[in-house]
Amino acid sequence: MKYIDEFRHADSVKRLAETIHTITQHTWTIMEVCGGQTHTIVRYGLDRLLPSAIEVIHGPGCPVCVTPIHMIDAACQIAKIPDVILCSFGDMLRVPGSEEDLLGVKAQGGDVRMMYSPLDAVALAHAHPDRHIVCFAVGFETTAPAQAMAVLQAHEKQLTNFSVLVAHVLVPPAMEAILDSSSNRVQGFLAAGHVCTIMGYEAYEPIAKRYQVPIVVTGFEPVDILEGVYMVIQQLETARHEVENQYTRSVQRSGNLEAQRVVNKVFETSDRIWRGIGELPHSGLILRESYRDYDAMQRFGHLMKSKNSHHTDDSECQSGLVLQGQLKPSECAAFGTQCTPDHPLGAPMVSSEGACAAYYRYRK
Amino acid sequence: MQDLIQDVFVNIFSNDHLSVFHDSATLSPPNGPLAFTTDSYVIRPLFFPGGDIGSLAVHGTINDLAMSGAWPYYLSAGFILEEGLELTTLQRVAHSMAKAARTCGVQIVCGDTKVVDRGKGDQIFINTAGIGVIPTNINIRPDHIEPEDRIIISGDLGSHGIAVLSVREGLSFSGNISSDSAPLHEVIADLLNAGVSIHCLRDLTRGGLASALNELAQASKTQLTIEESKIPISDSVRGACEILGLDPLYVANEGRFVMFLPAKEVDRALTVLRKHHIAHGSVDIGEVQQLHSAQHNYPVILQTLIGTSRILDLLSGEQLPRIC
Repeated sequence: MKYIDEFRHADSVKRLAETIHTITQHTWTIMEVCGGQTHTIVRYGLDRLLPSAIEVIHGPGCPVCVTPIHMIDAACQIAKIPDVILCSFGDMLRVPGSEEDLLGVKAQGGDVRMMYSPLDAVALAHAHPDRHIVCFAVGFETTAPAQAMAVLQAHEKQLTNFSVLVAHVLVPPAMEAILDSSSNRVQGFLAAGHVCTIMGYEAYEPIAKRYQVPIVVTGFEPVDILEGVYMVIQQLETARHEVENQYTRSVQRSGNLEAQRVVNKVFETSDRIWRGIGELPHSGLILRESYRDYDAMQRFGHLMKSKNSHHTDDSECQSGLVLQGQLKPSECAAFGTQCTPDHPLGAPMVSSEGACAAYYRYRK
Repeated sequence: MQDLIQDVFVNIFSNDHLSVFHDSATLSPPNGPLAFTTDSYVIRPLFFPGGDIGSLAVHGTINDLAMSGAWPYYLSAGFILEEGLELTTLQRVAHSMAKAARTCGVQIVCGDTKVVDRGKGDQIFINTAGIGVIPTNINIRPDHIEPEDRIIISGDLGSHGIAVLSVREGLSFSGNISSDSAPLHEVIADLLNAGVSIHCLRDLTRGGLASALNELAQASKTQLTIEESKIPISDSVRGACEILGLDPLYVANEGRFVMFLPAKEVDRALTVLRKHHIAHGSVDIGEVQQLHSAQHNYPVILQTLIGTSRILDLLSGEQLPRIC
């Protein structure tokens, strides 16, 4: 299959791994930002092909993992309101809130539906004028355009039975928070290729310059990842710190301008709490004033119990440290014992992009 | 209800056992050990590319019998119908069951029908039980898997699960993926008639290849190593799985099986298998190994496309499509 087979090719992987061995002279720590990249690394054992001098640590780019617990609690409460249909991406359904997850709400009779695109939720609202459709808008910059388009379509169709529960987050503020941390060890980044497909990579250039850290926009297949590692190591070994693009088959420097226009029309940036990490300034999206009628919190807030914003993960769960790259999943005392996919203490153990899930599934 | 049973089931399934309207079918004792199995069929949508709940309820139970080497003879059929179900829908399902049974040479000899209130079911649930006869000296079971056995699968994986998903969720994939639903008893009988020594068979239904291999490795207390590059998956299924973030090794099949057999039997088995259109894509994908110690020993190991190896684990719950 074109664009897949050549990027999972054993000979290409071997050649790249050998080249990385050849150019590596010093000890380096690099972070892949995206949970999809984490899964490729662990699934194919790519980190084990690298020289021992290179440590790969996993970043915060699992969108459902960083969705704050009070938003999941809000989604669960909204899904229990009669006549509401709550639409969510599939991998959000098993992520634990403070008391339950969305699959649990569904089992109790809540109308929770798995959506493949936010536009499906708009179609559902159009088809069911007697029901209220709430779209759980989760994700990074990658999924924001489709969510924004859903709001614009609902507006155009003058739907009054559609709203969104917005929990969108942005990657660059999280990278800056990691670099600002006193315990930071990251010397180079593999940036998330899909996020950059939408947003481009101009926003990363000041970060690379300010923190003197190389950033390589990287894809998701084994050859992509190793080529991204090679480009980062080459920069580190030659004392450069630039933004480079490995994922050229998808990413342009300026990104997808039309997608950005749609996002900017509907959303504006806001401070946002990240699960396990805390509040990061200007790191989330909220609906602009002109689209606030579509805000599910505004519409249903009065029907909900007091907000559970003070709930945190189980004290045994160290997913915050995992999400910031300060702890490998297998180094967590609860990993594989108190915390498994059947009984997760935190979101990274159940999300399909979670680092803990990757380690459990492919390595244990 | 009596009219419904007469008009739909007795007429459509039409055989001497049903027409006597007795509480049970009277069957002559077979010649050989019996295989007896049951399975329930709950699927949405009822009709999908390549099959429907009716043909599935026949093929699925026949395949369970075939996995112990049995030739199927009789099925029972229990129906739980949701109030308000269109009669034409029920007739369509019954005709499909009758056709599948006729094609497979089995009779539906007894049955039951219950109607539940609207909202308490999902149109039609079907249970079928099946009786088959195992040829003499055939003993196919998980604990007969031995170290150094080879592992063969009977064709490309995942088309049933993706076909059903694409219709249920209204996803439009190019390539028109069709379910692989098919009866497997004839191909198994041909293998046995050719004298192929089979240690174990398992149909790759819910949970796909990965789940079946994990169950069998645990049951046989062995370790299974398979090669990712050998596992056939059509481009249509691969593409759909890439888009949705699903692993085809966990996607359901309804006409595929895995077979364990001594290495010396592989060539003969593949020759027989490849003569059948439902198994012409059969391939040898791996090997059974001795389990050395319980610690750090995982039941199933996958040699990846790039030459590394990893655990192929059981999944916790259903696969859920990812966000991006």
